[in-house]
Amino acid sequence: MENLQLVLPEIFLSLSIMFLLILGVFKKNSLRLVQSLSLAVLIVTAVITFNETIGVNETKLFNNSIIIDYLSSLMKIITLLAAFLVLTISSNYLKTFQIFKIEYPILILSSVLGMMVMINSNDLIVFYMGLELQSLALYVLATFDRDQIKSSEAGLKYFVLSALSSGLLLYGCSLIYGFTGSTNFDVIANQLNSNEYALTFGIVFILVGLAFKISAVPFHMWAPDVYEGSPTSVTLFFTMVPKIAALTVFIRFLYVPFLNLIDQWQMILIFLSIASMLFGAIAAIGQTNLKRLVAYSSIGHVGYALAGVAAGTNDGIQSSLIYITIYILMNLGLFSCLLMLKRDNKYYEKIDDLSGLSKNHPMLALSLLIILFSLAGIPPLAGFFAKFYVFKAVIEQSMYFLAIVGLLSTVVAAFYYLRLIKIMYFDEQKEKYDTDHGFWLKFSLTASTLLILIYFIFPSQLIEVVSRINII
Amino acid sequence: MNFPILSSLILLPSIGALFLFFTKSDKKNNFTGKYVALFTSAVNFFLSVYLWILFDPTTPDFQFVEERIWIKDLINYKVGVDGISILFILLTTFITPLCIISVNNSIKDRLSEFLIAVLIMESFMIGVFCSLDLVIFYLFFEAGLIPMFLIIGIWGGARRVYSAFKFFLYTLLGSVLMLVAIITIYWLNGTTDVVELYNSGIDIKYQNLLWLAFFSSFAVKTPMWPVHTWLPDAHVEAPTAGSVLLAAILLKMAGYGFIRFSLGLFPVASEIFTPLVYTLSVIAIIFTSLIALMQEDMKKLIAYSSVAHMGYVTLGIFTIQQQGIEGSIIQMISHGLVSAALFLCVGVVYDRMHSRLINTYGGIVSIIPKYSILFMLFTLAALGLPGTSGFVGEFLILMGAFKDNFLVAVIASLGVIIGAAYMLWLYKRVVFGKLINTDLKQMFDLNRSELFILSCLAVPTLFFGFYPDPLINTIEVSISDLIDQYNFKLASKT
Repeated sequence: MENLQLVLPEIFLSLSIMFLLILGVFKKNSLRLVQSLSLAVLIVTAVITFNETIGVNETKLFNNSIIIDYLSSLMKIITLLAAFLVLTISSNYLKTFQIFKIEYPILILSSVLGMMVMINSNDLIVFYMGLELQSLALYVLATFDRDQIKSSEAGLKYFVLSALSSGLLLYGCSLIYGFTGSTNFDVIANQLNSNEYALTFGIVFILVGLAFKISAVPFHMWAPDVYEGSPTSVTLFFTMVPKIAALTVFIRFLYVPFLNLIDQWQMILIFLSIASMLFGAIAAIGQTNLKRLVAYSSIGHVGYALAGVAAGTNDGIQSSLIYITIYILMNLGLFSCLLMLKRDNKYYEKIDDLSGLSKNHPMLALSLLIILFSLAGIPPLAGFFAKFYVFKAVIEQSMYFLAIVGLLSTVVAAFYYLRLIKIMYFDEQKEKYDTDHGFWLKFSLTASTLLILIYFIFPSQLIEVVSRINII
Repeated sequence: MNFPILSSLILLPSIGALFLFFTKSDKKNNFTGKYVALFTSAVNFFLSVYLWILFDPTTPDFQFVEERIWIKDLINYKVGVDGISILFILLTTFITPLCIISVNNSIKDRLSEFLIAVLIMESFMIGVFCSLDLVIFYLFFEAGLIPMFLIIGIWGGARRVYSAFKFFLYTLLGSVLMLVAIITIYWLNGTTDVVELYNSGIDIKYQNLLWLAFFSSFAVKTPMWPVHTWLPDAHVEAPTAGSVLLAAILLKMAGYGFIRFSLGLFPVASEIFTPLVYTLSVIAIIFTSLIALMQEDMKKLIAYSSVAHMGYVTLGIFTIQQQGIEGSIIQMISHGLVSAALFLCVGVVYDRMHSRLINTYGGIVSIIPKYSILFMLFTLAALGLPGTSGFVGEFLILMGAFKDNFLVAVIASLGVIIGAAYMLWLYKRVVFGKLINTDLKQMFDLNRSELFILSCLAVPTLFFGFYPDPLINTIEVSISDLIDQYNFKLASKT
């Protein structure tokens, strides 16, 4: 009998999803109830994960197809907390558009379940199953505002391109299965020696699929359109939560079965990283829509996170996890600001709508200022440390080219962040926005801004949290 | 553990800024806000004077050292001062209160935010001068961009957006390479602690590239020709107090960085690249002086003269002679006082006439005599007349340069003549001549606060011109130790 306690979070979450779905269907006007219960479910799942699995040593279950270790527990908790915050701050937005339905929290829960399965996976099939579960939920979420043509377009685009990338990914899986005779990561690791070059094909296809999911250049084309078209609260979810799971799989997939082939995939990762950093920085300059701008900036940030993975050391992995955590924090703050740009039941998302924000809403503008400087990586804000750790790991491997290109693209990226600050602080003011925001929106903005601001006082804590991750 | 005086110096302005942030800013409170800021920075000034009194100039070691674990196993928060850095801290704490007094006349809008930016800036600048860890240094060095960007961008003149962007991006571009170098040093030596790095030295194979990376950052910040172009723009568009901070203190970070890091950490590379620095410095001195001759805008003229003066500084530093480096530091202090005063002088007439063009003025000597006298004093100090602090610095630098390289020294001396030409010509055109523009007759002379600020700057300018001993005594031992270390490391090739 396997130790089911270790997969209790997943079991609990899936049972809750089914229960909430039934509740939503049979009980009329149960929206508020479902919403609150979903929030409770996320928190309870996080607590269970924390209690049951964070302390256990590496354990494999179900014919070694699932792995429970510190990395997976940590990433699951971060995923759950991020999803919790997204769900809390999105309700007002959805209500404004009258699209707040019971499906919304349930879809978010199911995609989180998919991500948790991905994070746990130690087998290509389990991994694929989790990936598809989260993707299917995300397709529907992207089209959630279905009467809007842009939202439908976003969902369709995402679905078609994502299906294509899933196909490539499956093809890669089948190649690997064909050459090693197994889908299990451990078995693959033992079978590596014989057919290196053939296996490289498989790795390339799987990397394409994964790069698509985290929107790394050159597989980023969907991101700007989908981010722009989807409802803002869904965009927030897209930019934060799936990236955690995908990055974890990136790490797990490359470092567990294919560590010996590091020479083959390191080049690919370096390319993905450099291309994303440069492209994200340059393409964002011309944008006029804030959500599109965020899409490009998130492409750039994924590049930095991948730079850490490309380093090929534990330090690199840890730095890239720190990067993604800090990035999520900054993104949360950024989107909280976006969700506050509301006037007469209309949300504003053009860059010019920020004009003169500092005069009408000094505190909001100040928070956004801090977040933007942090995204640009200016010390002493948290974003600087994120980049510092990544480049420290990269330079330790003597990958100077990657480091210099990365740091130079921060200068280019600084330009468009500065442009936003310029519009907020130097331009003429416009009409005021509403100020009656929900508690959670204010909370997430204040909390993320303060954490970014005072991170430099306690920089060691986050390092300590990730320093237990040693998967090489 | 003793009283952490350096950390207090760094933190105090920020605490003042925090206090300002939480006081509501309506018209009435702006008034109290100003006194809060002034009080904080004045306390900081007295604290730094106290630091100077306690400072022991007979030892080259770092004093008042504080060390705390910051990022575990990676970086320690370490601050301390020696003879080289203490004067810059004094300069910073001296100039900031004067800046705060000067906002009376120029800043109308969002005063308390402006004061917050100035105070935070002060924190960062003091941090730069006393950090003894490369990462901490970088942190403060870069963080200063944020308040300065806002000062230029929000309170600046017509082309403020362009200037603020240029300033920010130029400086950031220079600095990121320094970050690569700092991480590389960490990777090579396992530490970024400056004192340990002084002792252990840096692998000679990497020194050239590391030196260049640091140079790219400092050259932009100094600014050296040909990356000086951000400075005139930033100066012209910044509000008076911003120009003062920029000219008096920000530019000194780079000069300080050259002495502390380029000479201290990379002696072999410094020796190799000395001709490069000489060339760029000499071009800066001659070329920007000639450009300054042609300026129509008073602020721009002074900005170009700053570039020329910083050319002397870099020249003096890389002579690696006792006089040369002493001269550079005194020149930096003197330039801090004099350029601050000159920008304030421009600010005074700008507040009255709202024009910085030289041809607006002329013949104002009989209208505003007090102003004309003080302006005269600072003009003469800027061109290095004996009896002003400007002379001491330039003289020592040229002495050091003659010892090291005759040709360079001769060309640099020519720069002094051009310097005299543009400063005197500026003075002549603004103050003397016929009174053509009748609007000028409505100008009133210096008010109390302006008189106070300019006198505060005039006293040390004259005092150190006649009696530079207090400055030289403070820096002498540290510099001779630096040069000994330099020559020793050069000889042993580490």
